[in-house]
Amino acid sequence: MRLISQIGDWFDRRLQLAAPIRETAEHPVPRNTASWFYVFGSAALTVFILQLVTGILLALIYVPSASEAWSSLQALNHDVTLGWFIRALHGWGSNFMVAIVLIHMVQVFLFGAHKFPRELTWIVGVFLLLMTLGMAFSGQVLRFDQDAYWGLGIGASIASRVPIAGSMIVKLMLGGPIIAGATLSRFFALHVFVIPGMLIGFVCLHVLMVLKLGINEWPMPGRVVKRSTYLSQYHELTKKDGAPFVPYAIWKDLFFAAFILLALAACALYFGPFGPTGRPDPTIIQTVPKPDYFFLWLYALLSLLPPSLETPALLIGPVVAIIGLLLLPFLSGEGEKSWRRRPIAVLTVLLIAIILGTFTHLAGYMPWSPHMNAWSGDPVPERFLHGATAVQRQGALVFQVKQCRNCHSLGELGGQRGPALDSVAVRLTQDQLIRQVIQGGGNMPAYGKNLSPAETTALVAFLEVLHPAGQAPARDAARDIVLRESGTHP
Amino acid sequence: MSNENTLSRRGLFMKIGMLFNGLVAAALALPIVRFLSSSVTRGRGNAYLSWVPLGRVTEFPEGETRLATFQNPYVMPTDGKTVDTACWVRRIGGDQFQVFAVNCAHLGCPVRWFPQSGLFMCPCHGGAYYRDGSRASGPPERGLFEYPHKIENGLITIQAGELPTPALSAALDGKQPPCA
Repeated sequence: MRLISQIGDWFDRRLQLAAPIRETAEHPVPRNTASWFYVFGSAALTVFILQLVTGILLALIYVPSASEAWSSLQALNHDVTLGWFIRALHGWGSNFMVAIVLIHMVQVFLFGAHKFPRELTWIVGVFLLLMTLGMAFSGQVLRFDQDAYWGLGIGASIASRVPIAGSMIVKLMLGGPIIAGATLSRFFALHVFVIPGMLIGFVCLHVLMVLKLGINEWPMPGRVVKRSTYLSQYHELTKKDGAPFVPYAIWKDLFFAAFILLALAACALYFGPFGPTGRPDPTIIQTVPKPDYFFLWLYALLSLLPPSLETPALLIGPVVAIIGLLLLPFLSGEGEKSWRRRPIAVLTVLLIAIILGTFTHLAGYMPWSPHMNAWSGDPVPERFLHGATAVQRQGALVFQVKQCRNCHSLGELGGQRGPALDSVAVRLTQDQLIRQVIQGGGNMPAYGKNLSPAETTALVAFLEVLHPAGQAPARDAARDIVLRESGTHP
Repeated sequence: MSNENTLSRRGLFMKIGMLFNGLVAAALALPIVRFLSSSVTRGRGNAYLSWVPLGRVTEFPEGETRLATFQNPYVMPTDGKTVDTACWVRRIGGDQFQVFAVNCAHLGCPVRWFPQSGLFMCPCHGGAYYRDGSRASGPPERGLFEYPHKIENGLITIQAGELPTPALSAALDGKQPPCA
C-alpha cells in the first residue's frame, strides 16, 4: 500500500494533477441537482465512449472500399468471433446516443439550463447534436448495402436542389459524378476521423463549461434569472445548500450509465446487428430503400409535403431550425426557468415531439407508397365476385392486371396510396367512375391510353359492384330520366 | 525597457515569423484545396462523359420498355459493383428510342416499369410516370430523367456517366439527342 502511494506521489510531483482533479470532483453543487433528471448528459458521454471503443474494434475488420465493404460486414456478422455482437453494440449505441442526446436536450430546455450564463454550453450542445446526427447518417453509409446506396442517392437529390451550387455540392459529396468507391472512402474519413475528432473537442468544451459555470440549479417557479444578480445568487446557493459532486450526486450518474449500457447490450444481444441488407449493386432495382429510425420522420415529410413546398422546406427548414436553436439562449436568456411557468416552452416541446412521433409512425407503414406486388399477390375478396356476371369478373381481372391494386386496397389488402375501393360505388356514379379511370386526377394517373373501351367497360362494371351489402350504388338521377325518355333504358 | 509604441527586435522577429508561417500555410493550402475540389473541378477527367453502348437495337423489341445495364465509362479499382448502372430503354419504333434513368426525379429511388398499366412506379414516395417518362402523379415535379442517346452501326449508345439529380436535369434536358 505504501509502495502504491509512493508511486502515486512520484507521478503527481511531475504531473501535478491530483489537486485539480480532487477539487473538480469535490466542487459543491446545489443539493437538489443530485436528481434522476440530471443523469442524461453523463449517459450520453458514456454511450459516446462505448461508440469510440466499438468503432475502433469494427475498424479492425471493416474495409472501407466499395468492392469489399459489404463482404467485410458479412465476415463480421458470420465469420469473426462475436463480430456480430460488436456490430450490434455499435448500431444500437447509435440509436441510444441519438435518443439520449435528444432527451438531454429536452430536459435542459425545460429546466431552463440554456439561460444565462450557460448560453455557450447550449450552443456547443446544438453543434454536438448536429454532429451526432452526422455520425448517424455517415454510419448508415458505412453499412454499405442497398439502403446505404439509395440513401446516398436521396442525399444527393436533396443537396442538388441548392440553387446554382447544387451540382457542385453533389460532386463534392459523392467524390465524383456517381456514387462509387470515392463516396464510401470520404464518408469513412468523415465518420472515423473528421466528425469524431470534432466531437471529442466539443464534448471537452461542453463538460469544461458545465464544471466552470456550475450545474444548473433545480428550477423553482418564481426564482427569476437576471444577468445582474444570477452569478452571486448561484454562488450563495452552492455555499449555503451545496454538497460535493463526488459522491453526493455522481452515484446516480453511475447507476444510470450502467443501466443504459446494460439496456443497450440487452438490445444488441436480443435484436442483433442492423443489416447489411442486399449487396449495393445499382442494377438490382427491386429494392425499397428506407432510412434508419431517426431519419424516418424526414422520409415521411418528403412524401406528404406538396411538391412546390418541398425544395424550400428542405433547404430553408433546417437553416431556420438551426438558427432558432442557436439564438434561443439569447432570445430567452433571462426570466423564469421552471417549466411550470413556461407554458409556451412546454407546448413547443410537445408539438415537436408529436409531429416527429406521428411522422415516424407513418413511415412505419408508408401509406404513400404503392405496394409493388399487390396486383399479383393480393386476392380479390370473394364477396365481390359471388354472383358476378362475366363482364364484372372480367373487370376484376382488369383491376388486378392493370395494377390498380398497387394503390387501392380491397378488403384491407393492397396499396394505401389511393382511397380504399370497398365502397367506391356508393361514392361515385358510373359516369364519374369512367371519367376518373380515363382522365385520372386527384393524384391518380390517367389510364385512358392504357385501357381499350372493352377493358374500361368491364373495369367500371366491376367497380360498380364495390358497395357494402344493403347500401345502394350511387346513381345519377337526371341520367335515368334522360335514358328513360329516349327509350334506351328500362 | 522599451515604450509601447516602438517595436523591439524580438517583437519584429516574432512578426516576421508569423508572416513566414502565413506564407508557407498559404502555399500549402493551394494544393490541399485543389486536391479537395478535384471531384468538382475535373474529377475523373471527362471520361465519364463518353458514350457507352447498351446493346444492339434489335435486342429491344418495338413498342416495349426493357431494363438495360451498363458500366460507367470511368472505373476506379475500389468501385466494385457501384459502377454498374441500370436504365429503362423504350423503343418507340424503328430507330426511335427513349432512355430513362432508373432514378426517380423526386429523390432518386429506383423506379419500376409495369408494362400492363404502362406506368413507372417509385417504391419510396409513390411517384408515378407514364410510358413516355412524363409525370403521372405523386411528389415528383417533373418527368423521368432522360439520357442523351444515339444509334451508330446498329448499336444504341448513351451518355450517362453522371448520377441524374434535379440539378443536372437542366443540363441533361438541354442536350437534344442527336438521332432522335
